[in-house]
Amino acid sequence: MKIVLPVDEKEINSPICVSFGRTPYFMIFDTENNNYDFIENTAADSPGGAGIKASQIIADNKADTVITYRCGENAAEVLNKSEIKIYKAVEGNASENIEKFKKGELIILSEIHAGFHNNGGN
Amino acid sequence: MQIAVLSGKGGTGKTFVSVNLASAIKNSQYIDCDVEEPNGHLFFNPVIDEKLDVNVTIPTFIENNCNLCRKCVDFCKYNALAIIKDKIHLFKEICHSCGGCYVLCPEEAVLEIERPVGFIQKGYSDQVEVISGFLNTGEVSGVPIIKKLLSNVKKDSNTIIDCPPGSACVVMESIRNADYCILVAEPTLFGLHNMKMVFELVKLFKKPVGIVINKFFESNNLIEEFCKNNNVKILSRIPYTNDLFTVNSSGKIAVKENESYSNLFKNIFDNIKTEVCL
Repeated sequence: MKIVLPVDEKEINSPICVSFGRTPYFMIFDTENNNYDFIENTAADSPGGAGIKASQIIADNKADTVITYRCGENAAEVLNKSEIKIYKAVEGNASENIEKFKKGELIILSEIHAGFHNNGGN
Repeated sequence: MQIAVLSGKGGTGKTFVSVNLASAIKNSQYIDCDVEEPNGHLFFNPVIDEKLDVNVTIPTFIENNCNLCRKCVDFCKYNALAIIKDKIHLFKEICHSCGGCYVLCPEEAVLEIERPVGFIQKGYSDQVEVISGFLNTGEVSGVPIIKKLLSNVKKDSNTIIDCPPGSACVVMESIRNADYCILVAEPTLFGLHNMKMVFELVKLFKKPVGIVINKFFESNNLIEEFCKNNNVKILSRIPYTNDLFTVNSSGKIAVKENESYSNLFKNIFDNIKTEVCL
């Protein structure tokens, strides 16, 4: 299973980024072999629709699961329709969240916000 | 002449100034570009002659023709397109109707269709032509409505453009062809802060600009100081009085109620004419 997390730094103990669509990096963690890798989030500096593009990147990387603090409605639509599950991140860094996920301690993200569109213009 | 009326924040009195200015002068048009919440028509109560829908074009995709080459998805600067389970998915509220996907598609898999986003209505209230734009609830961008509104500007009229608040795209679209910009500001810290943002915007557009201080009272000089330091003309100081408040909040047009108000707004117009050397 491939888990994707938005992270601030390119390391396993990085804090999880508070923004999903505009996170600088995504960590891709493979639960089959505990290997992990980082990819740049090329959606981060988009003028708009960052969540959509970020979700597209995650879908293109054939992820099954996303762990994040927050997720906007457009991003959630892409992830849901791509059958990628969204779990709510809890306090702790990326690797701690992965351990909690493996133990079944994380819950599905139920609060999908309406997006922060139009901040500064449309 | 096109005069745009702007402010950094809502509630400073853009509509109050626009409606009264349009009513005080001859041969005027009032155009309400605050399409998210147009309210100038509530003062004018115009007889409506015409109502026109505003549509934008959006793409629709022919699945059988699409080979998922992604050219359209990669091109879309607004990220309005995604590939989900081997199908193109459009986020129609995010689409800016640029037509790029339609032009780029090598497989003729994209068709353009029309989608309504709002309407404009035109009418008269006494001698003033009143044109208002209405953006449908839930739509993201008022720009297409504003474009349609401003296509109705008459060259030989004195056109007053009641702009949306702030300094975003919808404001830029509203002032694009303006000959003069009035910034309405109230003498508070918040008012000053937001006025500065709009001041920067009109400077960027190289527009002649003057300030109307609304809700003016003697002891407060925040806006005056800014104008002095930046060499900006103060066109008028509209006093903060119970009488004006009562007239305006009961939906009346102040210049029709009292000659001193009428003179105040005629004076603003004369000041502007001097400024642009007409």
